[in-house]
Amino acid sequence: MAKEKTYVEDIDRSMYDFRNEEKDEFRIEEGLTPDIILEISKEKNDPEWMRDFRLKSLDIYNKKQVPDWGPSIEGLDMDNIVTYVRPNTKRMAKDWNDVPDEIKDTFERLGIPQAERKSLAGVGAQYDSELVYHNVKDEVAAQGVIYTDIESALRGEYADMIRSHFMKLVPPTDHKFAALHGAVWSGGSFVYVPKGVHVDIPLQSYFRLNAKGAGQFEHTLIIVDDDAYLHFIEGCSAPKYNVANLHAGCVELYVGKNSTLRYSTIENWSKNMYNLNTKRARVEEGGKVEWISGSFGSHVSYLYPMSILAGRGARAEFTGVTFAGRGQNLDTGCKMVHSAPDTSSYVSTRSISKDGGISTFRSSVVVNSQAKNSKSSVSCQSLMLDAESRSDTIPAMDIRTQQADIGHEAKIGRISDDAVFYLMSRGLSEEDARALIVSGFADNVGKELPLEYAVEMNNLIRLEMKGSIG
Amino acid sequence: MADILLQVKDLSVSVEDKDILKGLNLEVRKGETHVLMGPNGAGKSTLGNALMGNPNYIVKSGDIIFNGKSILDEPVNQRAKDGLFMSFQNPLEVPGISLSNFIRNALENRTGERIRLWDFRKKIAASMDVLQMDHSYAERDLNVGFSGGEKKKAEILQLLMLNPSLAILDETDSGLDVDAVRTVSKGVEEYQKNRDGSLIIITHSTRILESLHVDATHVLVDGTIVEDGDASLVDEINENGFERFIKEETKEA
Repeated sequence: MAKEKTYVEDIDRSMYDFRNEEKDEFRIEEGLTPDIILEISKEKNDPEWMRDFRLKSLDIYNKKQVPDWGPSIEGLDMDNIVTYVRPNTKRMAKDWNDVPDEIKDTFERLGIPQAERKSLAGVGAQYDSELVYHNVKDEVAAQGVIYTDIESALRGEYADMIRSHFMKLVPPTDHKFAALHGAVWSGGSFVYVPKGVHVDIPLQSYFRLNAKGAGQFEHTLIIVDDDAYLHFIEGCSAPKYNVANLHAGCVELYVGKNSTLRYSTIENWSKNMYNLNTKRARVEEGGKVEWISGSFGSHVSYLYPMSILAGRGARAEFTGVTFAGRGQNLDTGCKMVHSAPDTSSYVSTRSISKDGGISTFRSSVVVNSQAKNSKSSVSCQSLMLDAESRSDTIPAMDIRTQQADIGHEAKIGRISDDAVFYLMSRGLSEEDARALIVSGFADNVGKELPLEYAVEMNNLIRLEMKGSIG
Repeated sequence: MADILLQVKDLSVSVEDKDILKGLNLEVRKGETHVLMGPNGAGKSTLGNALMGNPNYIVKSGDIIFNGKSILDEPVNQRAKDGLFMSFQNPLEVPGISLSNFIRNALENRTGERIRLWDFRKKIAASMDVLQMDHSYAERDLNVGFSGGEKKKAEILQLLMLNPSLAILDETDSGLDVDAVRTVSKGVEEYQKNRDGSLIIITHSTRILESLHVDATHVLVDGTIVEDGDASLVDEINENGFERFIKEETKEA
């Protein structure tokens, strides 16, 4: 009773891979020159300092080399990336009814308005480069919480706050794609939570790429003032195209004294996407940042959210899952920088590789000499679903004080035949049994997510597991 | 014979190229309870695994007829749908799904019908009461962090909920204290009496059998059944052990 090895080339992504006809009113020339940057800047009505910032970033971009240590990004040709595509709509519709039908349709299929109606405090949905819909529920706004697109924030009441925080955590000099981001960034969210404000329901933003060959460079800036709480959810999905797509977003999180910011992401990019995203948090005294991160899709990912524990007793937790299938090389992990005494970091990640996919967990823990009595614990578990897949763990540690408690643990495993037999003996098909075990393996992330996101993640795992019986 | 549920015909099974079962024969009728005893390594658990279709147990020859048809080519989940069930010696821990969701999932898989949540909750609560299980276990991840006794109770809970036509209990009583064995035995009795289920009970001890009606006892030595008897054979083995059967076996060889 030999079982046929059933493979499907790619999962059925029809739920995600619907594409609308492009009807852009404005599409700039391909490739990157100072003229293009000026055009973007003019189109976006940037303040002068931002225009200069973009030009300076372009300069840095041109001087920087592409990274030579991670997965290959040779398939990425910057001259082919249309950096800025603005959908044909009035900016910032307040009412869902004002959003053009085909764009609305896309979001309806992804369940955004429903999700908002159900349980989320506010939804910022980005369609290509502009925020087309933005709304914060009245009660959250009444608490003084600002949740808006970053462009209008640049010209509004919080202009100075943006200026003093924008790309200060992730400077354009950080790496080539941070510089690119600084030059061409467009769209994204700005959140400010005032002192002492506890936002009870999560704020959510949903990014989506539609135009062929278009990059997306959204910027997320979140400032949580002292003694406050926020949960921010970012979801991403992009339809599938053959031309290489690039995502080089940037997330900057400022966590005030004794505040907690939970930042949850389920990224589900199409499998031709180069996801070169930079995320960073700075945590003040007694504050805490919690990263919940699910990385699905994309052709190549470089993603290592960094937490800078700047104040005494600051804490960071990173909980992540990465799923690399056929043709995917996902290099993910995180960096923890302990710069003050009594700080602690906790990392728990799971990586899954299948059908020749490569999943690399890269972590870096830095404990500076002033960070006495700091603690760090890193645990990474990998699950390889077949013999052709790869899973690597690359932990780095740089500890500059004797008074630190550092732990690291890595495990690599396969699905046990006994577990599959056990589940099948209760009537589950082999495919369902394996999917259930993989979902359980990713449960470190699943149980941290709000229910509807946990369900979405399990559906993604189920889709990825389809036809994987071998 | 219309009422024959299971026929094991001259079954030979190997595990990792080692021959374990050597031409075993066994017949179980509807509603009967059979006890399978024998020294360690005789092949008792191998029989259970082979019946359930564990792919690591290779059937070399012979046949397994269940409900009148050979199930040798059927995958494990199909056998479960046919009405076979095995309670595991070491149930596996599966994070990410609660015991109750797992059972509901399994039930819906078996019947192909959606089950109303309300009915299901009532039923599982009643079954948990029989097993003196705290209801909170229903919402805990399947077997994760359960003690040995709780795991075995969870197995019997699945037996009661899935209500198969033939259940194989693979040393369900091993490693349990007296009280836990009694509780588990009660659950098995419920299945036996009120659901008219058939049973193959693999055991080393007799405690689990105390309150159960036993129709037949088989002694398994070195891959074959060397003696069949009724319930009284259990008592004899309880008193004298397996020595007599092992000697007979050596004589033959």
